[in-house]
Amino acid sequence: MNETPRWQPDASLDMLQARAQLLSQLRAYFAAADLLEVETPILSRAGNTDPALDSFCTQASNGQDYYLHTSPEYPMKRLLAAYGQSLYQICKVFRQDELGRYHNPEFTLLEWYRVGFSSMQLMDDVEALLRTVLPQLGPAQRLSYSALFVAHVGLDPLKASDGHLVDYAARQGVVVPADAARDWLLQVLFDHVVGDWLKQQGAVFVTDYPASQAALAELHPTDKRLAQRFELYIHGVELANGYQELTNPSEQQARFRADNVKRQTQGRATLPIDQALLGALTAGLPVCAGVALGVDRLLMLQTASTHIEQVLSFTATNA
Amino acid sequence: MLDGDPYTIVENEFVKPGKGQAFNRVRIRNLKSGRTIEKTFRSGESVEAADVMNLNLQYLYSDGEYWHFMHQESFEQFQADANAMSEAVKWIKEQDICDVTLWNGTPLSIAPPTFVTLAITETDPGLKGDTSGGGGKPATLETGAVVRVPLFVQIGEVIKVDTRTGDYVSRA
Repeated sequence: MNETPRWQPDASLDMLQARAQLLSQLRAYFAAADLLEVETPILSRAGNTDPALDSFCTQASNGQDYYLHTSPEYPMKRLLAAYGQSLYQICKVFRQDELGRYHNPEFTLLEWYRVGFSSMQLMDDVEALLRTVLPQLGPAQRLSYSALFVAHVGLDPLKASDGHLVDYAARQGVVVPADAARDWLLQVLFDHVVGDWLKQQGAVFVTDYPASQAALAELHPTDKRLAQRFELYIHGVELANGYQELTNPSEQQARFRADNVKRQTQGRATLPIDQALLGALTAGLPVCAGVALGVDRLLMLQTASTHIEQVLSFTATNA
Repeated sequence: MLDGDPYTIVENEFVKPGKGQAFNRVRIRNLKSGRTIEKTFRSGESVEAADVMNLNLQYLYSDGEYWHFMHQESFEQFQADANAMSEAVKWIKEQDICDVTLWNGTPLSIAPPTFVTLAITETDPGLKGDTSGGGGKPATLETGAVVRVPLFVQIGEVIKVDTRTGDYVSRA
């Protein structure tokens, strides 16, 4: 006898209704704030060089490789450079090998940019949005990465020696690979030690990341060891990542190249750099701040779900 | 395999900061000591696989130092030491079939059958007329194990015991 293939959705009907309601809440917020909703291509000739991410790649029948976007950041910045308007987008993004309680390789991202905003003002904006979708949540704390690290780990992330970090990590049960990068150690310790504290809290903005974890954020104007990047954690769940956006094209190019060098040392393929983004930055990106927020995780928080599969119509293993 | 000991994975959580390299927080149980610990591995790291397998083996006899088991089809024999036997010593008698965990061909742990039937070799005489089993009394079994049994159960009777809890189930 043939078994009936699994066909049922993962999310309940109530959850699908909650998702639809959340999407309309988000759109209502941005409509009221007069942000333009945009769509940008999912397929791109350039990849995301970020060594922390792995893109899916597909090939057109003419032989051209197209990367599925890991976030809509580059084309949205091209729109910002061209039209100087604050924008938002809600779209599916794709990241390989990410599957777990809070991860699915295909997920929904809300990304928005505010022209003329500082990252501090953007945090206010994020909080205002949270008040509409998570009304029970209290005001957010704002604490710097270094202050949190010092308070909970007892080591200064900017100054501690690699040896001290390795020893501390080993005491936390971390099996430290011989070629472990310093930033990996910092991230693991942050998760294990600061993460335990964050789970006890409501909303916390972690600000001023080490410059080595700047990604696409401007460095601090007076302290180049720090980046104007923030992350929002709610009950310990990493929900959003925001930047004072880097506007300098040569600095951007240098970071892309450094990413590819890091990929090479890890024995991974380098990716084609997005020349169109560099062109847009050269033409001039307005001073702006931008943030990406995980919509599935936000829905998990709204509905007190414990696994991402509860909020997805079909997970990757059921797609 | 970790630090020379075989482990089994109890729980495995994937953690991936948005802008960072992934790692896995795992809870693993040491198959020798039974202790559970937490470890973190960088995602994609490999560790040596432990050559561990489970077999149903028949208990043959003990020579005082080792407990001897046999595979009923291949007739291959295995000897377990007291450490591997652990609590199982209390419950098994010759010819019982046990779930034996082997590591590199050597018994690492022995799980006795969930229910065993054993004869009572020693217990106080119960009060006449008591059939409710309320209260109970200790009874020594043929393997040396001591379990609480109802007052009406007498020396020489065979009873059924749950080896997971050490509780009396019924008269057999």
